[in-house]
Amino acid sequence: MKNLLLAGALTAATLVSTTSNAADYKIDVEGAHAFINFKIKHLGYSWLNGRFNTFDGTFSYDANKPDASQVEVLIQTNSLDSNHAERDKHLKGKDFLNVSKFPTAKFTSTRYDVKDANNGVLTGTLELHGVTKTISFPIEKIGEGDDPWGGYRAGFSGTTALTLADYGITYNLGPQSTQVELELYIEGIRQ
Amino acid sequence: MLKNSSTSYGWISIVIHWVMALAIFFLFGLGLYMVELSYYDAWYKGSLELHKSLGLLLLLFLIIRIGWRFSNITPAELPGPRWEQLSAQLMHLGLYAIMLMLLLSGYLISTADGRAIAVFELVNVPALPWSFDNQEDISGEIHEILAWLLMAMAAVHALAATKHQFINKDKGLKRMLKSD
Repeated sequence: MKNLLLAGALTAATLVSTTSNAADYKIDVEGAHAFINFKIKHLGYSWLNGRFNTFDGTFSYDANKPDASQVEVLIQTNSLDSNHAERDKHLKGKDFLNVSKFPTAKFTSTRYDVKDANNGVLTGTLELHGVTKTISFPIEKIGEGDDPWGGYRAGFSGTTALTLADYGITYNLGPQSTQVELELYIEGIRQ
Repeated sequence: MLKNSSTSYGWISIVIHWVMALAIFFLFGLGLYMVELSYYDAWYKGSLELHKSLGLLLLLFLIIRIGWRFSNITPAELPGPRWEQLSAQLMHLGLYAIMLMLLLSGYLISTADGRAIAVFELVNVPALPWSFDNQEDISGEIHEILAWLLMAMAAVHALAATKHQFINKDKGLKRMLKSD
């Protein structure tokens, strides 16, 4: 009897979780399973890579209703790290991100267009260097499922290219270095 | 005389004083100039390398100078009211302190990521084993403020020496130019 009750309760719980509409995730910044990287051509000869170490955000995603997906990410711009203090100082200074004046960058999605089960195009507003623009870029779902520690996770990646001048960053890095590529790797834990 | 006496600075003090004065003014100008260079200027990298190398040499000079100051007598105070003598002492102490902090703040910018500073590509001065958040930004702000402060203090210091030389006629300037 006790076992039967337990089984019933478990079944009910499973039903509730699979039919639940709420699929809100918190980006796993605690465990650092999310990365916001950037890369820009150096002189046109190679790629320079860097990342933002401090950011936070949430997203909602339901495989049954991907259209309703939503994401919000807030980046602390002074956490920029290109593995070179002198360069970081320059990039955080007035010539580039001007982090003392614009300490955060923010992306808020406004729509998600489904292409197939694991791909779609995310549209939203990006606020960077005090300029807010609407951007669209492809998103890929890497996977989702139970983790070994009792949680449920889902992960996505996306890449987009920004023209620095569009965001009021006009320091001359050369004709091959007017665009920066942003790479997002986001893993969330379902709340 | 190489060493200081009760009436005169020795040649060692005089040479260190003027070498450092020249180096500091040069570094100040170089610093203002190099931060305005664009990425494609041929001197974009070289100016910073020179600034860092000279800065660390200057730090070595400053350490020697402070050591020399305490292992040697200082000429007697120039005649004047007590408050003037006190301000002169305070100014000299302040110049040492600001120079030291200015040089250290510069060192902390370039070593914030654990990189060493190569002094003229001959000697590597290593980074400290610890660092703090946004070290390069905070040190950079301090470095700039202290640089301007040192220039202002040096100007007052030079004016005071000139006043002693030409108004008080007590060789205030000359005693730093020639040893007895």
